Amino acid sequence: MSTKSLWFLWLISTLVLSGVLGYELFAESQKPHFLPGQTSLGHFQIELECSACHTESFADQQAIQQSCVDCHGAELDAVRDSHPRSKFTDPRNADRLARIDARYCVSCHSEHTPETTRLMGVTQPQDFCAYCHEDIADERPSHEGMGFQTCASSGCHNYHDNQALYEDFLLEHASEPALIVAGKLPLTSMEELIQVSGVSWSPYQPASGETLKQQGWQEAHEQWTSSAHGAADVGCVNCHQPDTDEAWADQPGTEVCATCHESEAKGFLAGRHGMRLAQDLPPMTPAQARLPMKENASHKELTCNSCHSPHEQNTTTAAVEACLGCHNDDHTLAFEQSPHHDTWVSFLEGGVSREEAVSCATCHLPRTEYKQFSNTIVRVDHNQNNTLRPNEKMIRTTCMHCHGLGFSLDALASEDLIQSNFTGLPATHIQSIDMALDRIEPSNTTP
Amino acid sequence: MKKGLTASALLATSLLGGCGGSEEPAKTGIAPEVFTDSLFAVMNSDRANYTKLIVQRLGPNGADAIKPNEHWEDMEGSAPLPAQMFRYGAEGVAEVTDTFTYSLQSLWPVNKQNAPKTDVEKEGLQFIADNPGQNFYGEETLGDTTYFTAVYPDVAVSPACTSCHNDHKDSPRSDFEIGEVMGGVVIRLPLPKT
Repeated sequence: MSTKSLWFLWLISTLVLSGVLGYELFAESQKPHFLPGQTSLGHFQIELECSACHTESFADQQAIQQSCVDCHGAELDAVRDSHPRSKFTDPRNADRLARIDARYCVSCHSEHTPETTRLMGVTQPQDFCAYCHEDIADERPSHEGMGFQTCASSGCHNYHDNQALYEDFLLEHASEPALIVAGKLPLTSMEELIQVSGVSWSPYQPASGETLKQQGWQEAHEQWTSSAHGAADVGCVNCHQPDTDEAWADQPGTEVCATCHESEAKGFLAGRHGMRLAQDLPPMTPAQARLPMKENASHKELTCNSCHSPHEQNTTTAAVEACLGCHNDDHTLAFEQSPHHDTWVSFLEGGVSREEAVSCATCHLPRTEYKQFSNTIVRVDHNQNNTLRPNEKMIRTTCMHCHGLGFSLDALASEDLIQSNFTGLPATHIQSIDMALDRIEPSNTTP
Repeated sequence: MKKGLTASALLATSLLGGCGGSEEPAKTGIAPEVFTDSLFAVMNSDRANYTKLIVQRLGPNGADAIKPNEHWEDMEGSAPLPAQMFRYGAEGVAEVTDTFTYSLQSLWPVNKQNAPKTDVEKEGLQFIADNPGQNFYGEETLGDTTYFTAVYPDVAVSPACTSCHNDHKDSPRSDFEIGEVMGGVVIRLPLPKT
């Protein structure tokens, strides 16, 4: 090929490449060719939606920080973050900030750096606590000789959420047994209302049979008549045509569910199942997941209806079967052989009440209490991040309804036990309660 | 009172801004210690009132209607401790301005993170402990910024202060008395860069 032809080929290639990349950069919302590196488990679902974090071009550190706060600020407030930004803004911390600028999330959670990213998107070395607490043994002689890499990996401390780990809490719950015999999970406020009001779930008689001509509709109607929506007179048009000026929607979206189930939808959109929808991206599918998923579920799209069959709204199905339909990791696969599952089977067979039965959702989508003026409202928290990692986050909302604090700490620190879905006893013992007791009554626990 | 600074050290970051023209009259500000003294007056009044009118009057030493506790968020009918109320105020201020910061510290802190850390803090807290009724003023450079730092005595104003600190398992002292200096309020102003 002649030199002239080669120059021509180079020019054409350059123009085409520039055009393609330029179009992606300036016209497309997703920019796969500009991704500088894989993101963490928490963000990979939305990593191609650059503007989710990079809200402005050439954004400064403060703008990135605001993106973090916009999505995670409320959850950090809710867990009484032990290291909020406000702890570090005083100038007396200048020497500490020179070592690690704890005012900004990205100082510890740097993205696009998979080679240095650990669980929870942490990109600091495991012994980072030493930056500020290097003299902890002066204050707590019991900590003498402990490696700083063990502070947060041993089940004793978390950087953000220490609600179940602080010393006075350990002391308050020090004597609890492994299994609280009378322990029960809370009913949601809706379930309680149904129980108290005596609302029946008997078939609802429609005013007109005109719309039941097609077989599919007939089946949907039969399911609906036995559902919570049927019992509450939430009819077809309430979901399929909430605005009479709009056309009938065959498959109403999450936004329709959110009209009534605002809190649940908010949690769903903040969690792993709905975070793509929250960014106006196509729904998450198991095929995109980094966790092991069942092959035959690859194509499923995650919306409210994925777990809550649209006309049944069966929360029993949603609490176990829906999860097992997609997830294929060891922990999930072991559930049906676990003691927790035995309680679930007993519930399905009428042996125990719902409050005594443990499902997947019990731990991962827990029933959480909220204070509303003087009332306590119990709702299902649909943001599984709130109890996922570090796993001590689930102790108060989940484990402690039925188990003592000490047993819960030990169980959650035993990796093999987690993989077997808690079949057996903890192989690990966390000493934090012993150490807390030792501080107030040395003779009790000191050998 | 340590007279480390004079009124010539003006808090003038904003007041002197834009004074390039020689025709414009020199603008004056207020002396840093006047500013910090005023801030402390407000802080100290609010702090004493919360301690006496809420914690002392409604807590276990009074009507026993509330339970002031460090972990008040975990307790029904509980209320934040005076030191926590003070810190929440400081954090709230820090969210809206960086023209000054303040904190409560002590030579005998329950929480060791509240022990003096910088040389000026250590000197100041020792000064107000050794010289009851007096304040301390100094300058220090932290990071790349020089600060005017004032330290004011934090005095036990009610039995709620002394009983709580004397009985706390993390307190290094158990002999505080009413009227005694238990710690200090440290207020910092960034000084204009020269």
